[in-house]
Amino acid sequence: MWIGLVHSRLARWQMKNYLTITEARKGLKSKEFSAYELMEHYLKRIEDYSKLNAFVTLDAEKTLSSAKQADERIANGEDLPLLGVPLAIKDLFCTKGIRTTACSKILSEFVPAYESTVSQNLLDNGAVFIGKTNMDEFAMGSANLTSCFGACFLPYRKKSKPDMELVPGGSSGGSATAVASDLCVAATGSDTGGSIRQPAAFSGLVGIKPTYGLCSRWGMVAFASSLDQAGPLAKTVKDAAIMLKAMAGYDPKDSTSEDVEIPDYTIFLGQSIKGMKIGIAKEYLGGLNEENLALLEKAKSWLLDAGCEFVDISLKTTSYALPAYYIIAPAEASSNLARYDGVRYAKRAEHFSNIDELYINSRSEGFGEEVKRRILTGTYVLSAGYYDAYYIRALKIQKMIKEDFRDNAFSKVDLILCPTTPNTAFGIEESEHMSTVDMYLNDVYTVNANIAGLPAISVPAGLSKDGLPMGVQLIGNRFSEGELFKVSHVIEKSANFDELRKEIITI
Amino acid sequence: MENLVKGWEVIIGLEVHAQIATKSKLFSAGPTTYGADPNTQVCFYDAAMPGMLPVLNENAIDQAVKSGFGIRGTVNKISRFDRKNYFYPDLPSGYQISQLYHPIVTDGHIDIELQDGTTKRINIERIHIEQDAGKSIHDLSPEFSYIDLNRSGVPLMEIVSKPDMRSPYEAMQYVKKLRNILRYVGSSDCNMEKGNLRVDANISIHKPGEPFGNRAEIKNINSIRFLGQALEYEIERQIMAKEMGEEIVQETRLFDSNTGETRSMRTKEDAADYRYFPDPDLKPVILTDERIERLKAEMPELPDEKKQRFMSDYGLTSNDADVLIEDKEIADCFERAVSASKFKPSETAKLIANWMISELFAILNKENKTIETVGFPVEYLAELVDLIVDKTISGKIAKTVFAEMVASGHKPADIVKELGLVQIQDEGVITKTIEQVLSNNPTQVEQYKSGKTQLFGFFVGQTMKALQGKGNPEMINKLLRKLL
Repeated sequence: MWIGLVHSRLARWQMKNYLTITEARKGLKSKEFSAYELMEHYLKRIEDYSKLNAFVTLDAEKTLSSAKQADERIANGEDLPLLGVPLAIKDLFCTKGIRTTACSKILSEFVPAYESTVSQNLLDNGAVFIGKTNMDEFAMGSANLTSCFGACFLPYRKKSKPDMELVPGGSSGGSATAVASDLCVAATGSDTGGSIRQPAAFSGLVGIKPTYGLCSRWGMVAFASSLDQAGPLAKTVKDAAIMLKAMAGYDPKDSTSEDVEIPDYTIFLGQSIKGMKIGIAKEYLGGLNEENLALLEKAKSWLLDAGCEFVDISLKTTSYALPAYYIIAPAEASSNLARYDGVRYAKRAEHFSNIDELYINSRSEGFGEEVKRRILTGTYVLSAGYYDAYYIRALKIQKMIKEDFRDNAFSKVDLILCPTTPNTAFGIEESEHMSTVDMYLNDVYTVNANIAGLPAISVPAGLSKDGLPMGVQLIGNRFSEGELFKVSHVIEKSANFDELRKEIITI
Repeated sequence: MENLVKGWEVIIGLEVHAQIATKSKLFSAGPTTYGADPNTQVCFYDAAMPGMLPVLNENAIDQAVKSGFGIRGTVNKISRFDRKNYFYPDLPSGYQISQLYHPIVTDGHIDIELQDGTTKRINIERIHIEQDAGKSIHDLSPEFSYIDLNRSGVPLMEIVSKPDMRSPYEAMQYVKKLRNILRYVGSSDCNMEKGNLRVDANISIHKPGEPFGNRAEIKNINSIRFLGQALEYEIERQIMAKEMGEEIVQETRLFDSNTGETRSMRTKEDAADYRYFPDPDLKPVILTDERIERLKAEMPELPDEKKQRFMSDYGLTSNDADVLIEDKEIADCFERAVSASKFKPSETAKLIANWMISELFAILNKENKTIETVGFPVEYLAELVDLIVDKTISGKIAKTVFAEMVASGHKPADIVKELGLVQIQDEGVITKTIEQVLSNNPTQVEQYKSGKTQLFGFFVGQTMKALQGKGNPEMINKLLRKLL
């Protein structure tokens, strides 16, 4: 009887799937549905779509009981931006009492006794966590293929190869899949070289990597400390704005956290962008495929229509960012991952006869291939005799890239428009033909923002001929998140992606 | 060439690790309490849990800056932390945060005193700040080692000297002086028993005029005496090896305090590549001028300055001043006593110093007490000296009063009154007593007068005895001469 009632009520809004934060909050506030019902609905969907492998840790009982608590708070008249909203958390964020693995075998038994600042901020905003999402092991990958829990899949198909399963990109692949498949309202991701923006582009989502230091890194499993930034993956620009406002904020526990005020980013949405100067750097255009080029032109025309001014700029350091990235990130990772040694919480090998064997066996068994490759690369570039040639040179390049953005972009323009990824989502069998370097090239348009510590957003802008989502990227100056939301909101509206999404072949 | 040992010159450089006196660790709120149960002073960061980040303890920076002033070093406005990467079970993060490339203090020096009374300057290359590791305990089980992370992350200063020392004596003097400076500054308690001061010694030998030899590094020496022993042993070992035609291997050695010997730990070939790089979790340490000035203003008087002042203001000898400044507490007590005296320092300071150094220290040593626990305030010592100076009691009686003061903790003036020890200065009383003594000892008087003047002491003794030791000795002398 009660179940029947729930289902009839759910039926009304289940029609409108792909629930945004605003819609969820509206439904919860008007008692159209309860947080508990909403959570049940999503848990059911997760079960139905379990083959997508978006989630690696779920605790339905705990999740439902937090939803119930949210309902009590709603009943008490509490009103918080995310109260009762089911969110998915990338398994890189430590969650108190909930297993956190970074999708590595070596952390497969780790249950943190603390909550990461970012996830705590979301909880403080009333969010309810639905589960931990799949990702590339320690966030090292661009296809979610390095996870110890196996690959994760988009709910989309190519027109040309409707049988081929597609990867959601990486490393925040599980979060992208979860949001794109409507298995939650929004999700957290982390972006070291493009790990939010590339999956966002593949999945038809909005993903923003904020200015380095905007979101605290405390409690986030470290990959490359100087580049890692948390950010949201969301269905709309507005959702991303609400999420980022909730996630960000100064944290004295992270020495690299920036003490800046976080505005309500939603106020930027709908503001006029007339007179804003947008730069297009020629270095981002070379080698771009026709579809990407056409999409960029389309985005340009929308922004011109909205009154923006376009300026041709040149960022000569662009092509050095990827090589610098693949030195700095592995270098830091080789050191950051040393703590997983089998002595304390990291999974210890069963067989060893001395301490060296304990290290070697635990780490050999616990880490996957890609992680080992990066640890080796990082160890190499930091070792005596190579440090100056690689690491120091990479830091010099980093400095040059920062100066290039400052002197040749942001002295002339407000934002830079460029593609997010060189291609659309691909299949596992396609990835098998890709070399390690091909895979690394996925980050070619995204790493620059990480290397320079700048905020960048990917917003869905169209579909490829093969019917897959494509994103464009906007890069801004430090702390220009408001501007990024403002302009990407215009792109979002002009692209009318909600309609385009219906054309995507889904499973 | 001085200081040659069997024709060899000895080159010594020291790396001193001093624990910075802070309540919490260098990068976490974990407490630094000594002697707690294993793994009870550990927070998530100290155990290198995933996602934990360092937050710099600013107090540790302040202490290092003051130590920098203490060694007359250059305090660098910008310094930075680097990671030193190596695997060890008691190093939970797999790296130690240290300052290789940009240390907080550079180019200092301290002057040490040599046996011949001259001073020698020992240059200090740098002071950098770093974390301590935890402790591995190997002797609790035949199968396993245990890890105690209580020390993990405790702040240390590593003070690196230039290779300026030429003998174990100089090395020991250097550590003593350095310890004294750090204690004055308050940046480290330098308690070697608690492991709060540890020394790594680099030592090599060569023939005068020839280039420096390969050096051995003796690790983790935890007492000044052991430092001397380890260096003496190492000099002998290196000379013996060289004279047998062997090359000295550049290596790390351990000192075994049970045998007094050093033994090889690892050679250069298996030395680790620490892959130092700037710690991306921490921003550079930038010291403002205001902060530097504030810390400068907080600096106490340093041992060298204090010694000079004690000598010029109080007329103390170099030796006495050395003894008193050895410990800042004692120096402070001495000055408190001097100012408590009702006489001018020129009249009492030297006496107070003597009483502290000979009588008070003897008691402290004998009863294993400190100046705080001895049972009477140091001001009583001033009162005692005042009683001598104003001739209320004699120096001899003062010793009785002092012993009573130690036993009872009573005020010297009260003791003098209670025991009736006031000095007899009445000329009439003393004259009468002398006359009595002379008439009681006619034979001796006869002998004295016929030239046996050594008997003067006998009369003094007899008079003093008759006066129960309370007679003013100067007056007794004077009046005896007159009456004889």
